[in-house]
Amino acid sequence: MYTKDGENYFIVDAHIALWDARPENQLNIHGKQFIDCFYDYHRNLSPESEVWPYEEYLYQGGDRLMKDLFEDGYVDHAIFQPARLGEFYKNGFGQTEEAFALTQKHPGKLTYNHNFDPRFGEEGLRQLRRDAERFGLKGVKLYTAEWHGDSRGYKLDDPWTYRYLEVCQELGIKNIHVHKGPTIRPLDRDAFDVADVDKVATDFTELNFVVEHCGLPRLEDFCWIATQEPNVHAGLAVAIPFIHTRPKYFGQIIGELLYWLDENRIQFSSDYALWTPRWLVERFVDFQIPEELTEYAPLTVAQKKKILGLNAAAMYDIEVPAECRLPVEAGTDAGTEAVAVA
Amino acid sequence: MPDLVTAARKALDAVLDPELDEPITDLGFVRSIEAGDGELTVHLRLPTSFCSPNFAYLMASDAKDVLSALGTRVTVVLDDHHDSDLINRGLAADAGYRGTFGHEAETGLEELRLTFRRKAHTAAMERVLTRFVRDGAEPHDVVLGDLPDTPETQALLRRREALGLSADPAEPVLVDEHGEPYPREEVPLRLRFARSVRISIEGNAHFCRGLLRTRYPEEKAS
Repeated sequence: MYTKDGENYFIVDAHIALWDARPENQLNIHGKQFIDCFYDYHRNLSPESEVWPYEEYLYQGGDRLMKDLFEDGYVDHAIFQPARLGEFYKNGFGQTEEAFALTQKHPGKLTYNHNFDPRFGEEGLRQLRRDAERFGLKGVKLYTAEWHGDSRGYKLDDPWTYRYLEVCQELGIKNIHVHKGPTIRPLDRDAFDVADVDKVATDFTELNFVVEHCGLPRLEDFCWIATQEPNVHAGLAVAIPFIHTRPKYFGQIIGELLYWLDENRIQFSSDYALWTPRWLVERFVDFQIPEELTEYAPLTVAQKKKILGLNAAAMYDIEVPAECRLPVEAGTDAGTEAVAVA
Repeated sequence: MPDLVTAARKALDAVLDPELDEPITDLGFVRSIEAGDGELTVHLRLPTSFCSPNFAYLMASDAKDVLSALGTRVTVVLDDHHDSDLINRGLAADAGYRGTFGHEAETGLEELRLTFRRKAHTAAMERVLTRFVRDGAEPHDVVLGDLPDTPETQALLRRREALGLSADPAEPVLVDEHGEPYPREEVPLRLRFARSVRISIEGNAHFCRGLLRTRYPEEKAS
């Protein structure tokens, strides 16, 4: 929980990782290139005081994660969104066993989402059922640019993905977190295009589709789709650190999201360990739309509370303490039920 | 051969990052230009190893095309990219898009190019129209002839030309990708969406510039 000016904010960090990018886990040059790319993101967008040495960035471990999130970072609940990257790292990038063990060790604090890859066919479907049971899955993270043999990506509207999403619907894996990456076959078209999200959101109305990075670098295409599909949500991973280096741009992003979606479909995330939540939470609570951007209304405290935690809490049925909820409006609890309508 | 280097740099000004709609020379993507023994060698670099390979290829092959027009032997090398080996082999062999990417290529990259030309036009249209709306004009009624002769207007005319749209002063400014005006009732929504397109392109360009500086802090662009 974060408290400022007498207001209590319940914090759900909806996109975190426990990764291992150390050289001994790298399979090839791409493993190094991938973490170096993340590290450049980290160095480029973090305040100087929050920049880690490269060595620390390669791997954090569970103790450091718990400290950065829950002791220092005001986080009440965090959700693992692991990327596998099996072609880049020997034991994968996101550390399944370590993260899941941490989730069990700290009940109520962490949710473990896993991933699937439709290119594993029938065997992958059976694995998804086993994973759902073992991890108690409420959500999955899909990185569509995952490399797999000679394929470097898949789409959400591929026939095999539909079969996996049907199983998700059947098993109650409601929350599908989608992260678009740069490679996909064929390379003829824009891999960041979110048109496939539009199709699956229409066809799987019981599922929530959280588009990570709010569709960046295709914010406009994402907004266009999300405004028409009520089960499409925006994850703020990678977008929110712009609050430091480019507050005007961040104001435009959040202004656009509030215009095209609404305040109930935007989720905070630090994308740990890309960034740490403490400074992001502090800055966001203090943030206001810059005055020169007259086209956007100022952010309200209630909107900030929803974005920082209440929206994701509603999506994941996480209980919110009474002092952090929003006042009851028009006969419903705006902090939980009203949000869940989205 | 400083003249050839100068000519090469000037030629490269015409190569745009299709996604960001800016010249690769301005973006700092040209790492070095060397001339020797009647041969030009140009190294390109990008903000991350994981920039989209299709855009990387487009810029590198466009660079080779404009440099080859100078009448000299040309080597273009893309540095530090996850597909550097693949793309550099393809460039050296003039293998074309399909020859470079093999089974990952289906037809061509023209559709991709067109998508981003359309986005660039939409953003350029919004830039000029937003000023007019502030001055109280009705965006639906603004025609090209109403626009002042500013860099923004020139930019819009170039984006129209790239899409094959007329530059006739009587043409409406707010049009779709085929040059057709929108119904009056759709104008606020279309203009609003055009703003999102502009914000997205500008934001990406700033981020890419920032990442490039982070990635190559010691090196000045050539």
